[in-house]
Amino acid sequence: MSGFDKVVTSYEEAMAGLQDGMTVLAGGFGLCGIPENLIKEIKRKGTTALTVASNNCGTDDCGLGMLLVDKQIKKMIASYVGENALFETQMMSGELEVELTPQGTLAEKMRAGGAGIPGFYTATGYGTPVGEGKEVREFNGRNYILEEALQGDFSIAKAWKADRSGNLIFRMTARNFNPMVITAGKISVVEVEEIVEVGELDPDEIHLPGIYVDRLIQGTFEKTIEQRTVRSA
Amino acid sequence: MMALTRDQLAQRVAQEFKHGYYVNLGIGIPTLAANFVPDGMDVMLQSENGLLGMGRFPLDDEVDADLINAGKQTVTMVPGASIFSSAESFAMIRGGHVDLTVLGAFEVDCQGNIASYMIPGKLIKGMGGAMDLVAGADNIIVTMTHASKHGDSKLLNRCTLPLTGKNCIKRVLTDLALMDIEDGKFILRERAPGVSVEDIVKLTAGELVVPDEVPEMNL
Repeated sequence: MSGFDKVVTSYEEAMAGLQDGMTVLAGGFGLCGIPENLIKEIKRKGTTALTVASNNCGTDDCGLGMLLVDKQIKKMIASYVGENALFETQMMSGELEVELTPQGTLAEKMRAGGAGIPGFYTATGYGTPVGEGKEVREFNGRNYILEEALQGDFSIAKAWKADRSGNLIFRMTARNFNPMVITAGKISVVEVEEIVEVGELDPDEIHLPGIYVDRLIQGTFEKTIEQRTVRSA
Repeated sequence: MMALTRDQLAQRVAQEFKHGYYVNLGIGIPTLAANFVPDGMDVMLQSENGLLGMGRFPLDDEVDADLINAGKQTVTMVPGASIFSSAESFAMIRGGHVDLTVLGAFEVDCQGNIASYMIPGKLIKGMGGAMDLVAGADNIIVTMTHASKHGDSKLLNRCTLPLTGKNCIKRVLTDLALMDIEDGKFILRERAPGVSVEDIVKLTAGELVVPDEVPEMNL
């Protein structure tokens, strides 16, 4: 890894420097577009007391759910608990601290974190438990709450294709939170399905510029489907 | 008393669609409404995970793990679909660009408050995008059952569960009735076929205004 070449060749190198107690932002929606091998590397390393911000926390045996098994996560910032029984159990028992955050607010907190905006006002959550203890301000006769930006010591994300300098292209709804996550990390690690040489991507087609990416690794992915739903011909 | 089936609820929801509408459908019954878009009407479905122009479920050989809806189900895209990030998705929701939002709830009250994301001590689902949707949309329909299976009304004077949104719901469709919320009261607009006004009154705990004429739904 040197200059504009962001490529690393091992997952160990990709997650080097991750320490107990750090905050990690993770891309993905459900199991779609998750950095599955970077999560596995965190499991292998055994890093603990992590604060993790991600829309969901995987399922019981996939994605971030794998980090719940060995209680590597101290605090989870997420919008949806849904289909993860272990998450719900640890949350109910108080073992896992959870900050339930509305999905759009979570995305915007990360976007703001990456864009140098310390906070923003939103109507989302006003008058609900989410708004409790937060500053309220009225604009044009409507009440809004102050939400603060979110940044990570590490960001872990998944894209489809990259050039060696970290210019990224995402694929379909695997994009989701990944772009904001990448912008908001002090160290942003991205795993992709394919890496091409600099100059091979059309600049107009790049979804996220490489300036936000610190480390890039090519992986192979299981892409587990949570709800395989089909129609008959 | 004949409560509406899930499909009939979806069918009544679809009557609120208009040609050229961008619509966000929540998980469950709202999603079923996509099956009842009238022929010749164009409706673009928004999926909050970053897709505008959601299509039908895929054929077995079309399944793609990278293409799912907000319920994590595999889907397809219609011609003219677009893909964007979660931040962009909620910018269009929060910015009021979506014409109609349909979502479920545990409770609604006659102040237009909605509770849909947790039952303390029992169930924690999380709000997902629901808090953003109810705060950002003007035109919202809540679909739910009128009462619990024990006969407890879910249409209250005051929600008892933690709120998803405050003073934001103006229309509720249940398996028994269609109601508007105006000036702190439920207004009964339509009855499910075969359901009497008395049945509805009995199962509505919140203040309910019954106009002289309450037509049956046209399904």
